[in-house]
Amino acid sequence: MKNVNDIEEIRKIISLHKRWDFIFMIAGVLALMIAVLTFMALFAHMLIDGMPRLNWEFFTSFPSRRAESAGILSAWVGTTLVMLVTAMAAVPLGIGAGVYLEEYAPKNLFTEIIEINVTNLAGVPSIIYGLLALGLFVYQLGFGQSILAAGLALALLILPVVIVATREAIRAIPVSIREGAYALGATKWQTVSDHLLPYSSAGILTGIIIGLARAIGETAPIITIGALTFIAFLPPSPIKQEFPYVSFEWLTAPFTVMPIQMFNWVSRPEEAFQLNAAAAGLVLVVMTLTMNGLAIYLRYRMRKNIKW
Amino acid sequence: MQNNTEQSENAAAYKSEVRNLNFYYGEFNALKSIDMVLHDKKITALIGPSGCGKSTFLRCFNRMHDLYSGNRYEGEIILHPDDVNILAANVDPIEVRMRISMVFQKPNPFPKSIYENVAYGLRVRGIKQRAILDEKVESALRNSALWDEVKDRLHDLAFNLSGGQQQRLCIARALATDPEILLFDEPTSALDPIATASIEELITDLKSKVTILIVTHNMQQAARVSDYTAYMYLGELIEFNVTDTIFIKPKNKQTEDYITGRFG
Repeated sequence: MKNVNDIEEIRKIISLHKRWDFIFMIAGVLALMIAVLTFMALFAHMLIDGMPRLNWEFFTSFPSRRAESAGILSAWVGTTLVMLVTAMAAVPLGIGAGVYLEEYAPKNLFTEIIEINVTNLAGVPSIIYGLLALGLFVYQLGFGQSILAAGLALALLILPVVIVATREAIRAIPVSIREGAYALGATKWQTVSDHLLPYSSAGILTGIIIGLARAIGETAPIITIGALTFIAFLPPSPIKQEFPYVSFEWLTAPFTVMPIQMFNWVSRPEEAFQLNAAAAGLVLVVMTLTMNGLAIYLRYRMRKNIKW
Repeated sequence: MQNNTEQSENAAAYKSEVRNLNFYYGEFNALKSIDMVLHDKKITALIGPSGCGKSTFLRCFNRMHDLYSGNRYEGEIILHPDDVNILAANVDPIEVRMRISMVFQKPNPFPKSIYENVAYGLRVRGIKQRAILDEKVESALRNSALWDEVKDRLHDLAFNLSGGQQQRLCIARALATDPEILLFDEPTSALDPIATASIEELITDLKSKVTILIVTHNMQQAARVSDYTAYMYLGELIEFNVTDTIFIKPKNKQTEDYITGRFG
């Protein structure tokens, strides 16, 4: 049995050790606060500056030399169309590459090198993708400084994100499910299309949305390929009155996007333009947060029926 | 048992013959020169300590090892009545899996409805007519003793069933395509005693329809359900005989030690 003195000693040691718990907790809370409060302060500042400018006209007006009548019409239309091209290119390419690497590719040195490179591509500075797109899409392939070139540049940028998300979502499916499908005589493609893709769709979709949320705020590659900073007309409408009702002329149109519009306004000396930039920033942040929120919601909804 | 008469009929009584089977995981020789037969419409049990290669052997029968690289078969598994060697390189593993079904260790229903789970093997074969699907799904569920429990909720998710029901669903899924051999890889190891009893009863009932090969770590289970038993150790087939003989009068000392619990 321990005597009273020993027990006193144990209590002293415990309280000494617990002090470190407390100190670390304070340090942790401080670290968290610095991260959260900085963002909150920035957002609040933008909200106060930009909120008064947010009205219907702001969304339906072209940029102007007079700050009060300037708007983001060409910017948000441009952003939407560029994102459309990005999604159309990155989604099939990313899912296709991810499925191939995970399910079809033989495990050898060559595919291993490809795998390592795909993961590393996510860390390449975005301006490099801009330079690549400038050389390849704008000049070599002759797409010009167009929505198509910008959309493809951003698609390259988020391709690794989509590939990695696809692979991880497929890898999360238990081996027993895959073997269950193969054991019934399914081919690889039947296993992929009937099982692996449906069961991993939540993860893949989350990856796509997070990739697009990153792409929507990218400025450097878009500037590199030569987006306009002041544009007072819209690309041709994709829907036509007469046959064949759809048109792809908009793909080759010059354009601007939200971050570039902001950049343009921030670099003006007049105070009033700074307020416009804040309002545009607010719209951009809300767009990004909405996309992230959608990703969380979809993940929750689609995983409800799947338990493993 | 009336095996004396049956054994004399030889080849006609065999569903499958394993001849000098060797299997390699890369360099590792996991199965060593196995010779064995599967009697038609009988239950054959594979027993032995963990790592003895019984699951590896079972998974040769539906070419499951082909899913992973670096695996290699040598020797033959002849499937009657057409005497095809299912391990031959020119035999498509998918064709083998369409003739030989498998039930896994843990119930592995797809996250789909009960109906779609059972129908999947048929859909893989390109069957689309609703009437045929309905009929085959019903008869598979009846044969796996699950029909009465699920007939009113065929379109519920399979995950909502209990563990034992899920395993019977997996049996129904394997039966729906009228396989020639049904493989069971420790089918009750994840189940409670009551569910285990119902699965064992089901396996015994299925004998009239299909040849069965079952891996089990539970010797009592082998004794209860099987007609023939094979004892394996370190990748070798030590003894293969009528179940009663294996359990009452084993010829091999190793088998006897394992059966009597002195080893393993």
